Amino acid sequence: MGKQRVAIVGTGQTFHKSHRPDVNGQELINEAVGRALVDADLTIRDIDAIVIGNMDHFEGINYVDCWSVDGSGGFMKPVIKLTTGGTTGSTLAIGGYHMVASGLFDRVLVIGWEKNSESDTTGAITTAFDPVWDRLVFAGAISGLAAEAQAYMARYSATDRDGARVSVRDRKHACNNPYTQLRKEVTVDEVLASPMLADPIHLLDVCPRSDGACAVIMAGEHIAEKITATPDWIWATANRHTYTYLGDANFGRLDSLAAASREIYAKAGIREPAKEIGVIELYQPYSFAGIMWIEDLGLTGYGQGAEFVWSGATDMDGEIPINPSGGVIACNPIGATGLIRCAEAALQIMGKAEGHQVPDVDLALSTGFGGCFWSDILLHGRRKPDF
Amino acid sequence: MNNSLKHIEPMVHHSQINVPYTWWAGDTAGRFLKTLRDEQTIMGTRCNHCARVTVPPRKTCPTCFTENQTWTAVSDQGTVVAFSVARRQLAALVKKVPVIFALIRLDGADTALLHTISQVDPAEVTIGMRVRACFSKDAGATIMAISHFVPTN
Repeated sequence: MGKQRVAIVGTGQTFHKSHRPDVNGQELINEAVGRALVDADLTIRDIDAIVIGNMDHFEGINYVDCWSVDGSGGFMKPVIKLTTGGTTGSTLAIGGYHMVASGLFDRVLVIGWEKNSESDTTGAITTAFDPVWDRLVFAGAISGLAAEAQAYMARYSATDRDGARVSVRDRKHACNNPYTQLRKEVTVDEVLASPMLADPIHLLDVCPRSDGACAVIMAGEHIAEKITATPDWIWATANRHTYTYLGDANFGRLDSLAAASREIYAKAGIREPAKEIGVIELYQPYSFAGIMWIEDLGLTGYGQGAEFVWSGATDMDGEIPINPSGGVIACNPIGATGLIRCAEAALQIMGKAEGHQVPDVDLALSTGFGGCFWSDILLHGRRKPDF
Repeated sequence: MNNSLKHIEPMVHHSQINVPYTWWAGDTAGRFLKTLRDEQTIMGTRCNHCARVTVPPRKTCPTCFTENQTWTAVSDQGTVVAFSVARRQLAALVKKVPVIFALIRLDGADTALLHTISQVDPAEVTIGMRVRACFSKDAGATIMAISHFVPTN
């Protein structure tokens, strides 16, 4: 428990695209920051500190905290950088939460960004793996995910149609979100007919590469209520890392997400997550994760994820809508992606999600996922937590 | 010379990662570079709030955090603010050593531009020295469309 409660009081995103040749990284960041400040009705002078992050190797710029100052507004302010691979965006959110919850800062600007169009992401992701043991056969992002999906399908007799159904859902949801990149509905058959990238993952099962930025403003409890009548209260955060070497993973289960979610549920007193949580923004970079990981979150039993998704329970009008924004499959500026999940959950709580608003959300979950199967979770609430 | 590794079997894994980058200059830097290439003119942006002129240009004023910027040409002559001389021919150096790197505040600008000074003995370079840009028509829309600076005298 921190020294003060923390709420999100403003969010901003760029209109995410595959390429943004019209701006450099600093200018891209500035678009998201400007929108977040307008959303919170604050100026950059109101901001006490900045937390910023991306994937270092994706743009080849290592002092991003310094280099981004023109765009972030960090001139003569405390700025720190966090970078944790795929979870960078959610780690940024948790880091911002820690800074405000500590009582040391009252208004923290959190920024995640990426310009994936500027490099070869697979080459850069390779550097995340152990140089002696794991780079030879498992380079890049998709092979680990394919192995996870294969293991799950073998264990629970799931099919590639089950995965495709998740992609159909997220791509449909994306059509309601003007900020996301890919806004085109697809059918299960179209997913299955798309090129096979790494068995069983088809092109339409998996996320694109994106240029985009997201900014979130967090405030301490007494200030938050003055800034906005509908703050998004951060009820709890959790993070788990599992292993170093790929061969140590429990392929087919996301143990880090299961453990992090149980910590969240224990902190908040949640017993039946599918009933008590109103919406989830799941960091789900490919379709099969939308079946497996909702089991790890405890929304349904092991092996029952596909049936749960086919029932429509996770669609916009279902029991627990997942990814109203269209999720990661529609848009993936990696260093921003986890923070976009957080911002989208905040929009749902604040009632600002417009065309993709889920009615009457009291509790929302946002997650982050990283390449070596680690997980972050934030729990968001409309009501100020009483703990 | 340290020979402590001489009798150790080199139990190492050699590898190399080749990550190509393509950095978008963006519309703001792009306009600067195109004007430099096509007109041999150096442009800056003036903040409508604090009136500072930055070269290279910015879309947003770094100090005021406002987007209200006016394009303005600055002089091709300026003053050396700081400099250093590279004397070892590292692979990253395109020019032949000694290379004089300098931060040059062009007349009409409030910030300094990083470039090189040539056609002068390094021993004669001083802070406060007046220099002038020499342009190259072969470098395309890059900062090397200024090939180098030379002392004005």
